[in-house]
Formats: sequence, structure tokens, C-alpha cells
Amino acid sequence: MSIDPQGPEVGADEWVARQAHRREYLPSWLGRAQRAGERIGWWPRLAIAGVAGLALPLLGLGGFQLQVGIDALVIALLAVGLNIVVGWAGLLDLGYVAFFGFGAYGYALLSSSQLGANGIHLPYWLSLPIVMIGAALLGLAVGLPSRRLLGDYLAIVTLFLGEAFVEFTNNVAPSKLGGPNGITAIDPIRSFGVVLTTNESYYYLLVIVVVVTMAVLRLLEYSRTGRAWRAVREDPLAAAAMTIPVNRVKLSAFACGAMVAALAGTIFAAQQASVFPTDFDTPILILIYAGLILGGTGSIAGAATGALVVMVIYDGLLRSPAEASLLFYGLGLLTLLVKLRPWRRLAVVLGATVALGYAAHAIAAAISSSAVASGPQSGGWLGDGLRNWIIVPANPQTAGNVGFVVLICLAITLVQVKGRWRTILLVPTIYLAAFVWETRLVNEPAITRQLMIGAILIVMMISRPQGLLGQRRVEVAT
Amino acid sequence: MSAGPGQPGLSAPVLELDRLSLSFGGLRALSELDLQVSEHEVVSVIGPNGAGKTTVFNVITGVYEPSAGDVRFAAQPGSAESIAGRPPHVIARLGVARTFQTLRLFMNMSVLENVMAATYGGTRAMPWESVLRLPRARREEREARALAEDVLSFFGQRLAGYRWDQPAYSLSYANRRRLEIARALATRPKLLLLDEPAAGMNPAETHEITELIGRLCDERQVAILVIEHDMHVVSGCSDRVVALDHGVKIAEGSFDAVANHPAVVEAYMGRHPEDLAGAE
Repeated sequence: MSIDPQGPEVGADEWVARQAHRREYLPSWLGRAQRAGERIGWWPRLAIAGVAGLALPLLGLGGFQLQVGIDALVIALLAVGLNIVVGWAGLLDLGYVAFFGFGAYGYALLSSSQLGANGIHLPYWLSLPIVMIGAALLGLAVGLPSRRLLGDYLAIVTLFLGEAFVEFTNNVAPSKLGGPNGITAIDPIRSFGVVLTTNESYYYLLVIVVVVTMAVLRLLEYSRTGRAWRAVREDPLAAAAMTIPVNRVKLSAFACGAMVAALAGTIFAAQQASVFPTDFDTPILILIYAGLILGGTGSIAGAATGALVVMVIYDGLLRSPAEASLLFYGLGLLTLLVKLRPWRRLAVVLGATVALGYAAHAIAAAISSSAVASGPQSGGWLGDGLRNWIIVPANPQTAGNVGFVVLICLAITLVQVKGRWRTILLVPTIYLAAFVWETRLVNEPAITRQLMIGAILIVMMISRPQGLLGQRRVEVAT
Repeated sequence: MSAGPGQPGLSAPVLELDRLSLSFGGLRALSELDLQVSEHEVVSVIGPNGAGKTTVFNVITGVYEPSAGDVRFAAQPGSAESIAGRPPHVIARLGVARTFQTLRLFMNMSVLENVMAATYGGTRAMPWESVLRLPRARREEREARALAEDVLSFFGQRLAGYRWDQPAYSLSYANRRRLEIARALATRPKLLLLDEPAAGMNPAETHEITELIGRLCDERQVAILVIEHDMHVVSGCSDRVVALDHGVKIAEGSFDAVANHPAVVEAYMGRHPEDLAGAE
């Protein structure tokens, strides 16, 4: 590092200060892309991402891929809005999904035959502001009792409010809200003679809305309001002593987050053409948080990227066994390649694992043909390749269950031991993980994808606690 | 040196504590405290640990509401109003700024942002104005930045240039103390409360702080109330010294008078053994 001759004299703590601030970049080419991105400024970066998003369907996305894209963009919009409340204002809001539900139900009521004799069928330019203002007011109403609550207490109260929304839509005024059957036959988005009916049109709309929202929030982040939000997160007492009305600022964060969530809700309801109470339950909240944490709380680009990554993995790749298997083996191999050093150790572990598999398979086949009766559950070339490596007995379910328990024990042992024993133990652990995958997990996408997202988050929190694009923060105990 | 009413050449009090008392349950943290700070005056508050010095600051800035008595603050000369029990951000907007004994910076915000955040009360732009970059928002943003650069330049090279974009947590301890003072100045205060500004500083830095307090008073036209344990700082900067013990004012006057006051000596050192014997 060069020292500026015109700058102040550099003492020891100055040097430490400069070193401490060196930004941490992603590894290898990702980091280079990050640096290049930083040089061109934020709005060209956002524009490039937007154009790329708009151009994506030109590659010829199928109906399924398009639906995954739409769902991912809705979650990305929600994560960007949640970032206001959690990332900037530092309020752990677990009832956030209720605002999403409010937006969806609000749009549904204003654009269907639910209310009145012939129903209300407002154009989007009229219903959107009504719903967003309603959501902002609801945000204030939720924020008012919560404004004096801190940390865990706020989390519990807002979690309750989120659950209350689901109960409300399930039980109150079934003739209007539809109870568990929800509201169906919702109008598509219609405004100034334009009616959005195809999934493509909703995809394009969402890309534009996400990009515009990100731009708006970026302008807010480094404004008077954004600084006040972050100051309140950092130290409410000091913020109050520096002329910032803490409670009002917290409420405004709640309201702004709620408006973004309601915006996402309207598009979601219009695209699905139906809303049900279960659409706005805890699982979706967990997905939004997973995206935000993976991407990095406090960073707009991080929130959007994290949500897209989580949703593409969760909704796109992990639904079909073939793609889920590719992801499983791919990520496993990648982790070994990146984390296992020196190279000799990596070669030994990989070689031993392959050898162990073929040996075990040969021995098991020699003892009893029923021990290898079922082939690997992964289909395609991957399944063929693994046929003589992995043991899949005639009753894979039971074997898989036993294997799962043993795998957990092995994994716990693995992190307890060190050095040579860890290397030795790693080989059967990898093999057993593949065994459990082939016998059991690959056919249970509903469970597998939760496990995978959990595993990805755990790995992320260990290797990069600030998230993909987040800035590392210091926590000051007060 | 206290300013009497009607005396020419001496300015009116900026801050006036009138028989101020504060109790936490049965504990009397402050009792019947009278204190005045005039314009262009530096008043030091000294006293042993637990004497109630920081509590005085917390009552003035609205963190605590006094149990009895009044706090009056004059934003303009002659316009004294009671600020007792008003919310902290309102008191700060009126022109009372403070620093904290245990540093309370916005650690994960940049140096410049720390200072700019304190201009919140002096600006009016609504969120949509900031998003649309309307004229008022742009003007205020420009002014806030200029003000921030101005108050940071007060510390010379210490908080200059490349430091502005660094997060506050990367600063050294002494620089964090300086940044807290800069942040307080950005609220455009009439009265500045400094809570142990020299704590944890080495002798050279302590000397620098002493000079700084004098410069603040002269160049920025702020009255200063400072809590300090370092007697070099207290003797170097104060026009007047107030000594507290157990929430009671035990002495007031020039540094020499207070430092040699029997009650103050007793509060710090305890009673002389011979006096103790005599008292019994």
C-alpha cells in the first residue's frame, strides 16, 4: 500500500485504521466483477442488471422457468422492501409478510367480484395507490404499539401480527375474503387500455418494478431519511441527541417497507389471479429472510441478488430430482475443491471416496444381490455413472433413514476431531451423504429444498457473515 | 464570574438550572442544584465518581425528567424557556448538543455520514423530495455536506480527506472522541455539553483537547459545559468550575478557589484523620 506524501503522518493506529477499512471482495473473478462494477457507479450497474433481466426471456424460457422468474422477482421485491426495516432501521420485523398479504388481498378486493353486487373493478393506476397508502397506514398502526419495543420483543409482537393476518383472512367475513378458499377470478392488471394477461408481460413488469424500486431506495439510502434510519439502527439514544425523532423515524421505516410489500402483493395477486391465506404464511417469510441474509442485510443489491439466488435454487432447481442431484453433487464437489488443501489431501480424499464406493458396492453385491437391488434414484447420466458406486438396497427408505441418523453422528464427530483423523473420517462421511441422498432425499423435494437452503445459509454465515454483497459491520455492545 | 442581571458587558445565561432535583425511587441523584452557563463561557463540572455529573447532562438533554425544579435554555438572548421533560430530539433542535462519556458514534456509518446525520433537525426535505431530487432536497443536501466538511475541518488533518468515507469504527479512540464533537457541532448548538472529552487520551492529545475547547468557545460562539476528571484540562479551559458530590453542589468559582475548597478536597480525598478525631 502506498502512502500519500501529502497526507497526514501515518502512525500505527492510522495504518490499522486504513487496513481495517479495506473492502472485502468476493473471491476470484466474482471479486473482479465487483470491483469493475464499483468503478462504473450504481445506476449504470442497475441499468445493466435491468437490461439483462429484460433480455433473459429471449433465450427462450419455458413456462416453468418463466414462473420461477416471476416468483423470484416477487420475493426479490419483498426482500428489498424488508431491507428498509431490518437492514437500515434495524427493526426485526417478523410480521412483514402480512403487508404482502394486505397488498394482495387489497388488490383482490378492488379488482374482483367480491365486493358489492357486481364487484369493484378498479384500474391499476387507481387501485395501486389506494392499496399502497392503506399498507402504509397499516404499517403505522403496527409500528405504533411496537415503537418502544426493542429486538426480541419487537420480533415476537410482529410475528404475532403476521400470524394474526393469516387467521384473519381464514376466519373473518368468509363471504368477502373467502376464508380458506381465498379469492379467485381476480382481474389482471389493467390500466389505460393495457391489460396484462400473459406471464411474459408480468415478468417484464416485475423486472421494471424491481429496478425502479431499487433505484428509488438507493436515492433514499443516502438522503436525510436514509441516514436517519441507519443512525437509529446504530444508536437510538445518540440519534435522539442529534435531533433525530427516533420513534417517528422508526414508524416511517415501517410504513415504507409496508408500501413496497403491498406493491409486490398487488402484482402477485394479479399474476396468480387468486389469493389464499396460506400464500402469506411463515414459509414465505422465511424465504424472504433467507434471501436478505444470503445477499447481505443493509445492501439493496445484496437483498435482490440473495432473494433471486434463493428462489432460483429453491423453486427452480430443487423441484426435479435430476437438477437437484446435479446441484447436490456440484456444490459438494465445489466445496471440497475450494476448501480442501493442500492438493495432496484433496486428491487422497477424492480418490479414497471413489475407491470406497466401488469396493463397498462390489462387496455388498457379492454378499447379497438385494443389497444393491435398487439403482440410484437420480436419473439420467448421473444415475448411470453412480450405478456401480453407490449402494442402494431393496428397501431404500429404511436404509436411508438409518443412514441419515448415522450421517448426523458422523458429521458431529467430524467437526470434533482434527488433523489426520478428520481426513480419514471425511471419506465415509462424503460417501454416506451420497448414500442418504440417493436412497431418501432425492425423492423428497419438499424436505430437501428446505435442507439445502438451510445448508447454504449455514455455509454462508461461516464463510462470509456479511452476506454476498453486504458490508461487514461491527456490533457495539451498549 | 457569574453574570448578574443588568450588568453591562456580561451576557445573559444560556442555560439555567433552577433547584433541580432528580430521584430514582429513594435515591436522590441530584438535589436542589442551581447552575448557570452564560454565553461565551466554559463551565467545568467536577466531582468524584457517582457525584451525578453525567446525570446533570442527561436531565438537560431530556433523557431524564427532573423530579423537581426547572431547566431553562435561551436559544436567543432573553428568550429563556423551560426545556425540562421535553423529548431529547426537541431539546437538541433548540440548540443543546452533547457528547457521550462512553462513545456513542454511528459505528457502521462513514465519518461524513455521522456528521451529516446530525443535520436532520435542521433540514426539512421529505423522502419523496429526496428521491425526486427536488430543489429543496438538493440544496439541503449540499448545505449539510458543506456544514459537515466545515465542522470536520475544525480538527485540521485529524479528520480530513480520505477519512471522510471510512466507517467510524475504523477510527482510533482519540479520533472517535473528536468525531463525536464534530457531530455535536453539526446540530448548530448554542450550548455544547462535553462528557469527559479527554478520557483515554495521552498527554499530548489532552493538551490538544484543552486548546480545542477554548477555540470552540471563541470561534463557534458556543457556551460549553464540560465534565472532566483531568485537572490540567479543567484548569486550562474553564472560566468557572462547579464541584458536585452526591448530587449536591459543594463549591463554585474559579478553578483555584474550587480546587482548594475544603469540601472539594474532602470529597476527593476524604477527611483528614485529625479532623475525624476532632469531630468525634
